[in-house]
Amino acid sequence: MIILTGNDLKTGAVVWWDGVSWSAHVDNAVDVGDQAAEIMAREESSRRVNVPYSIEATKDENGVRPAHIKDRVRALGPTVRPDLTLKPADPDIGEWVI
Amino acid sequence: MYQYDKYDQAMVDARVAEFRDQAQRRLEGKLSEDQFKPLRLMNGLYLQLHAYMLRVAIPYGTLNSAQMHVLADIADKYDRGYGHFTTRQNIQYNWIKLEDAGDILADLAKVEMHAIQTSGNCIRNISSDHFAGAAQDELVDPRPYAELLRQWSSFHPEFMYLPRKFKIAVIASDTDRAAMRLHDIGIQIVEKDGEIGASFYVGGGMGRTPMIAPNIREFVPLDQLITYSEACLRVYNRYGRRDNKYKARIKILVHELGAEEYTRQVEEEFAHLLEQGIEPPLAELERIKPYFADPAFEDGAKTVDRSDPDFALWVDRNTHRHKHDSYVSAVISLKPVGGIPGDATAEQMHLMADLAKEYSFDEMRVMHTQNVVLPHVKIADLHALWTKLDAADLGTPNLDQIGDIIACPGLDYCSLANARSIPLAQKISERFAEGGKQDKLGELKLKISGCINACGHHHAGHIGILGVDKKGVENYQLSLGGSEAEDTALGKITGRGFDEEGVLNAVDTVTDVYLAKKEDGERFLDTYNRIGMAPFKEALYD
Repeated sequence: MIILTGNDLKTGAVVWWDGVSWSAHVDNAVDVGDQAAEIMAREESSRRVNVPYSIEATKDENGVRPAHIKDRVRALGPTVRPDLTLKPADPDIGEWVI
Repeated sequence: MYQYDKYDQAMVDARVAEFRDQAQRRLEGKLSEDQFKPLRLMNGLYLQLHAYMLRVAIPYGTLNSAQMHVLADIADKYDRGYGHFTTRQNIQYNWIKLEDAGDILADLAKVEMHAIQTSGNCIRNISSDHFAGAAQDELVDPRPYAELLRQWSSFHPEFMYLPRKFKIAVIASDTDRAAMRLHDIGIQIVEKDGEIGASFYVGGGMGRTPMIAPNIREFVPLDQLITYSEACLRVYNRYGRRDNKYKARIKILVHELGAEEYTRQVEEEFAHLLEQGIEPPLAELERIKPYFADPAFEDGAKTVDRSDPDFALWVDRNTHRHKHDSYVSAVISLKPVGGIPGDATAEQMHLMADLAKEYSFDEMRVMHTQNVVLPHVKIADLHALWTKLDAADLGTPNLDQIGDIIACPGLDYCSLANARSIPLAQKISERFAEGGKQDKLGELKLKISGCINACGHHHAGHIGILGVDKKGVENYQLSLGGSEAEDTALGKITGRGFDEEGVLNAVDTVTDVYLAKKEDGERFLDTYNRIGMAPFKEALYD
């Protein structure tokens, strides 16, 4: 699947296109198919997102997983600070990135 | 410490107001990201993996307690309770909001700090010896010269759009504690026939094409220091490779022209500039110097009570000889076992500020090795200081040991990185501390970069590790024999790379070779230089 990501203009936080708006959680990301360029242009010009780009990902019962490690780190947060990730209660969540 | 005059303060205040307006216009959609990006970078504001990142300049790494308290307050108020001290003697924050950037810069300006020229193709923060003004072996304090260069390079209109970023280091001793020859310009303050002057090394650097700077002039009189620097920059600005980002640093120009031809062109430009009279009067240097005058040192105890072995070990490893025999410079390690190199919490920053006030004449230095120095500590106060540091996890006795690792933020934070650096640093630190092997190894400088840009100085590590992306998987190249000290050398790659566990074992293996082969008094680097790569390679790959 092709999903869209970028950073929130005000906060810089990593966000993912959920079909309607931008979510902090990669599991909410939707397959945009061949609509990526159109959505990115619209969303960037409306200032809802900073420097959006499209990436490949897979989806299964565990959720959405970006294909590249860099985007998995973006999706989670720094692996060396589990307390600052989106899943601070799971001390082994860093393994998801690898 | 240098204190802003009305011009310094006016320039910084004006920049705060200007950037606040630019950020507001970006938030309102009046500026696109393409328009805004160069403006935010001029003020140290990057967009990194997780958020905006702000890099704050700490000129030649020197700061006082009030400044450190503000840095801690920024960590608490605007970030997530911590900051990261960098190899450029700066600090950066990883979780900044664009809407807060103007307020942060205003807070910094109140204590004579800013984030100007911490990014972009301009002259960056001038770095220097972290023991400047305290070291027993220095000719003079190099910081007045670094400050003069800071003033010259700040907002210099001719050098705001160089082909690439530009880094200058200034030292004043034969022992190089600032990686001077791995800078675009490295300046050593020297003495010749009783006169103080500057020796210029130009064209060094790390990154994807590491180079050691050749000496292009052994002595420049002090009343020509700025003029000669300007000549070096002018030749680069004119002929640097703007067509190719990867060949745009001055090291490539010096290499392609040859040091001799580059020097000829600099000398020609220098002769021309001398006629223009651009050199600031020596009176300006004399105005600056008193700001760096020695504090009022007092005679006192020359030795410590070594009955506590933990304290004695810390004294042996983390203090440095001072020019006054009743004082030492004390290094606060930001490398606890298993910790993140260079990170400090807001609480730790407040404590360091308080301890500097109490024990070190209100002064600290950030080291390029991502630690913090209290430059002037009475020997009589060392035990009290160590007790407070140790209680705050700031007393790890590992200066220049294998656990004192330089590591870039790597893929955990940096958008340029290909692999994570910090987890590897943490695991090496734990493995060598817990087994007690660190104590057997002595001085061993290990440096890790998460990509070829080499922010973790891996080329200059006695052991260097470079993280690369191998078909989407983290892979690590090992190199041996680098140094950023006065014996500057670039490490050589051992061979094929390793996965994370593999490179951990490889570090174990090469240190085993060292322990088996070392002769009396040899450091790891000395043994490597004597026996060469072959025995290490054989142990790693055969």
